[in-house]
Amino acid sequence: MTPLDTQSAPASEAPRPGGMSTFLANLLDVPRSLYDSIVRHGPPTSDRTKSQTVVSNFFLHVLPAHIHVDSLKFWATCGLGIVTGVLFGLLCVTGILLMVYYKPSVAEAYDSVKDIVFVVPTGRFMRNIHRWAAHAMVAFVILHMARVFYTSAYKAPRQFNWLIGMVLFVLTLGMSFTGYLLPWDQLAYWAITIGANIAQSPRELTDALGVTSWLDVGGMQKELLLGAHYVGQEALIRFYVLHVMVLPLATCIVLGAHMWRVRKDGGLARPEKPVPAVPPPVSVKELPASTRSWGLMAVVKGQSPHVGAEMEDTVPAYPGALYAIAALSMLTVAASLVLGYLFDAPLKELAAPTVPENPAKAPWYFLGLQELVSYSAFMGGVGIPGIVVLGLGLIPYLDREREDAGVWFSGRRGRTVAVASALFAVAWTVLQLWFTVRFGWLRNWYPEIPQLAITILNPGTVIVAVFALWSIATVQLTRSTRLGAIALFTCFLVSFAILTYFATVHRGPNWDFYWWPSMWPRH
Amino acid sequence: MPGRLEPEPIPRRDFLGLAAVWSAVAAFFAAAIGSLRLPMPAVFPESNSKVKLGPPDAFRPGTQTHLPEQKLWVVHDEGGLYALSTVCTHLGCIAGKEKSGEFRCPCHGSVFSKEGKVLGGPAPKALGRLALSLAPDGQLVCDTMTAVDPATRLKV
Ligand code: HEM
Ligand code: FES
Repeated sequence: MTPLDTQSAPASEAPRPGGMSTFLANLLDVPRSLYDSIVRHGPPTSDRTKSQTVVSNFFLHVLPAHIHVDSLKFWATCGLGIVTGVLFGLLCVTGILLMVYYKPSVAEAYDSVKDIVFVVPTGRFMRNIHRWAAHAMVAFVILHMARVFYTSAYKAPRQFNWLIGMVLFVLTLGMSFTGYLLPWDQLAYWAITIGANIAQSPRELTDALGVTSWLDVGGMQKELLLGAHYVGQEALIRFYVLHVMVLPLATCIVLGAHMWRVRKDGGLARPEKPVPAVPPPVSVKELPASTRSWGLMAVVKGQSPHVGAEMEDTVPAYPGALYAIAALSMLTVAASLVLGYLFDAPLKELAAPTVPENPAKAPWYFLGLQELVSYSAFMGGVGIPGIVVLGLGLIPYLDREREDAGVWFSGRRGRTVAVASALFAVAWTVLQLWFTVRFGWLRNWYPEIPQLAITILNPGTVIVAVFALWSIATVQLTRSTRLGAIALFTCFLVSFAILTYFATVHRGPNWDFYWWPSMWPRH
Repeated sequence: MPGRLEPEPIPRRDFLGLAAVWSAVAAFFAAAIGSLRLPMPAVFPESNSKVKLGPPDAFRPGTQTHLPEQKLWVVHDEGGLYALSTVCTHLGCIAGKEKSGEFRCPCHGSVFSKEGKVLGGPAPKALGRLALSLAPDGQLVCDTMTAVDPATRLKV
């Protein structure tokens, strides 16, 4: 059936115009005419109608009409970005359901979460899903970023989308940090007390320089975050507003920009096919008239998609890409449901502002930082994370070698550098941790040493400096900024993983070293 | 027609347009910064930070008294009374007194001496000393927001 046909009334049993019979015929025809008014083209059988299916649907419109075959292969993306997005959607749904009962007040928050767990129908299940999906979202954001990095997908013209991704990364961490306080149990209370004091830790620097009295950045940050000098009602309501409103909304908007840029940057990064030195002139009229967006893109100047250059390697996004996304969504949701069904999200005793948890541990993805914070609050909590975020953001602007987007590790040499850097990072981080646990650090040797010396020179800053040197050496040796970037990124990723593991398993009460949590002294 | 290398002077219409755009941008940023003033609290919920600790003779010379609710120890030494905060100067956990008399913080292992000096761990400075005074009704009062010099003593 052609699109034109659907607009006219069915020809066969054409009733007499007017009167009751027309009305009845229209009534019977409502399902069909309703459908036809929503979908204004025939069934997606031809190339043209498949494109129209995607382009004329608001929700499918995130996809291009045609997609490169390489982009549909599993190893192009591993589906990591989609999974992250699905998790975010799942968090929004379960989060809104939790909001129905949750009360953001110091007197009631804990009890309302208890109600959710023990009284509200399906409440415990929803809370579990929310919790595990939140953890998974952080993990998948990191994995997605690593995939983008190792496939060089941050290179021109995608530099800016990498930056947008960095914003999403920070927003995700922000959502999970603010959500952590809401249950108002011991875990929440002490993790956020520490977090808020990390926000205040620039004082460590300003104190050491003696300028705190007129430039107290740290104090201002803490007051802004908590609305007080301690974690109380003011802090809870601020975190709540950030968690359920400001950050999710910001994420939605930035996510929109992220997806839009993926398309405007010419689809997913993929290995470039050798293109003829002089691309054949393409005129708007020559293009298949299937969809308007193809026509439009052809007139856009600059680095946007090479229209026409690789047309032969594309397939209509419908239904292949759609099936892939649906399958990933099903898997993600199913895994979250299973986790939520099998494992309960922890809920400790009611927050007690005079009795800290011992040990008081942040969620796992902040534990690597907590280990660094146990050397110097400012460096571990602000200085080093700041350097890392800044460094990550600058990657596409410092490494501008143009070849091999979409190839994992940029080929054999990159793989070698990655493996070597991973081994180096394991060795150095373990050595450094062993040394610190075994021999202590400056304060243990020279109790009178000024704080500034420790802020500048502590195990954390040493690790960062060593990795920086390692990567500079790689650039020098290989004469390639891409390989240098691989070295640095791998070092940080591996070291982050080790520190996280170390702080999770080997740090016990008083942040002392233990071989195993079962060896912690019991009180 | 002027080329790319010798652009026309900005026509008046463009000038007005640009002026409109940039003043809108400037106004937007001014408003955004102004709005940030709202979440900066002017009055803190704990602004009445003075707590009564009871009659001063409850703290006999040579004793150290733990007040867990107030997160402090009141110490009476040769010079007089002083109040030692147990809020760790690293990241705000509560340091506990060990049998040895030293303070240890559970969160990242800072160690402080009996008098609150840093002995180890990440804490950047000594435990705080808080201002003590006598209320008109004769009770001992601690101002939990006012730090004082470690040499300060309240004579009773
Ligand atoms: C629109 C989106 C969201 C809404 C409306 C929402 C709402 C809520 C509410 C009401 C709670 C308190 C209930 C409870 O503690 O069980 C909560 C807890 C939490 N949320 Fe969300 N949330 C959203 C998205 C996210 C995201 C994206 C993350 C992290 C990536 C996240 C992480 C957490 C965490 C870690 C908790 C503590 C969970 C717990 O202990 O139960 N949330 N959220
Ligand atoms: S808060 Fe006391 S050592 Fe970190």
